[in-house]
Amino acid sequence: MADDDEIILSELSDDELVLQMHDDLYDGLKEEIEEGVNILIARGWAPYDALTKALVAGMTIVGADFRDGILFVPEVLLAANAMKGGMAILKPLLIATGAPRMGKMVIGTVKGDIHDIGKNLVGMMMEGAGFEVKDLGINNSVEKYLDALEAEKPDILGMSALLTTTMPYMKVVIDTMKEKGMRDDYIVLVGGAPLNEEFSKAIGADAYCRDAAVAVETAKAFVSRKHNRPNA
Amino acid sequence: MADLPAPLPDDTVLTEAGLAPREGGRILLIACGALAHEVVALIKVNRWTHMDLQCLPAKLHLYPEKITAEVARAVADHKAAYERIFILYADCGTGGLLQEKCKELGVEMLEGPHCYSFFEGNAVFAEHLDSEFTAFYLTDFLVRQFDAFVWRPMGLDRHPELRDMYFGNYTKLVYQAQTQDPALDAKAEDCARRLGLAYERRFTGYGDLANAMAKMAEA
Repeated sequence: MADDDEIILSELSDDELVLQMHDDLYDGLKEEIEEGVNILIARGWAPYDALTKALVAGMTIVGADFRDGILFVPEVLLAANAMKGGMAILKPLLIATGAPRMGKMVIGTVKGDIHDIGKNLVGMMMEGAGFEVKDLGINNSVEKYLDALEAEKPDILGMSALLTTTMPYMKVVIDTMKEKGMRDDYIVLVGGAPLNEEFSKAIGADAYCRDAAVAVETAKAFVSRKHNRPNA
Repeated sequence: MADLPAPLPDDTVLTEAGLAPREGGRILLIACGALAHEVVALIKVNRWTHMDLQCLPAKLHLYPEKITAEVARAVADHKAAYERIFILYADCGTGGLLQEKCKELGVEMLEGPHCYSFFEGNAVFAEHLDSEFTAFYLTDFLVRQFDAFVWRPMGLDRHPELRDMYFGNYTKLVYQAQTQDPALDAKAEDCARRLGLAYERRFTGYGDLANAMAKMAEA
């Protein structure tokens, strides 16, 4: 998008730098993003502002263009990798300075499935949106999910699957939660390429999230509703 | 009665454009372009001259959400010209939507989640699902079209650094060989090397595809 051979990030105004960082995220330029984040912090920006205004806003553009078929998976991965670089700098600062917390999510790919690209994107965007994320990784059994729910007490359980053969395992997890009387204690969001809304309803999830941006918006809406409940 | 199928176009055509049906048979097989060689081989060896083959572009596999609509369109286009139509797709990442659509249209499709399941045999594949979920499978077609189906769409030609983001959780590449072809074997092994995975060759032949087509031929 940008002819960045000529651009010296440190010479840009704050507004210009943020826009340039959106371009650099779009182009998957990790080093430039790390440099941009460091410049913003050195200029006295709150880490939370750097996260939301530079990284999350930039990644939102990437997500929208992915949804619209303008960008494809490789470009999104490069952008995510660049954002990860910026997040690595900001994370300790966010912990030190405090930032608004939206809620907590436990997320993992289901048993028998090793695909984690979508799950990782969701985790990263959720963190960017102010959620604390406990990532269980890949190939999670029902026991591992339930142990994490007990230990982490999250607001949200997120489950991901890429395969037609593994997505039914989400129902195993939800049914076990029902058996143990804990289903209604959590918001259950599901996602993955072969899933759809009908499947989500059929297995008793709260919502199907077709991409990371939708996951964030859905999570915010559900958490807000949960917190507004009289007995929540 | 129709003739045996004419020679197939090259794999690039099967990937990008598919194959129009050669009319004259009473049964139409609507198949994924990735199965064209195997389907034609089975038609020829069994002399199922009453079966015509139409292939949808194999590249639909890169966009599984489009498969159901394309299959439905092909059925609608040819319904009037054939006594029976069969769909040579497994679920293929449609999440059950293809199966629902086939039921609605009154046509049968292949059983199983993917071609690499029915080539090995769905029952056998299901048996080792729990122990082999870190395997990445290639068939004859996918070995031949590795760059078009894997390397380039994943951007690995431009960004090889993405390889481990895609394949870091895989441990081996299993080449399910439909034919005995040392050149393909060598190419598959090279694919494994490029992906940084261990290599295993497993001869499957045509697996459940042969049985399913034999039943369709009798319809």
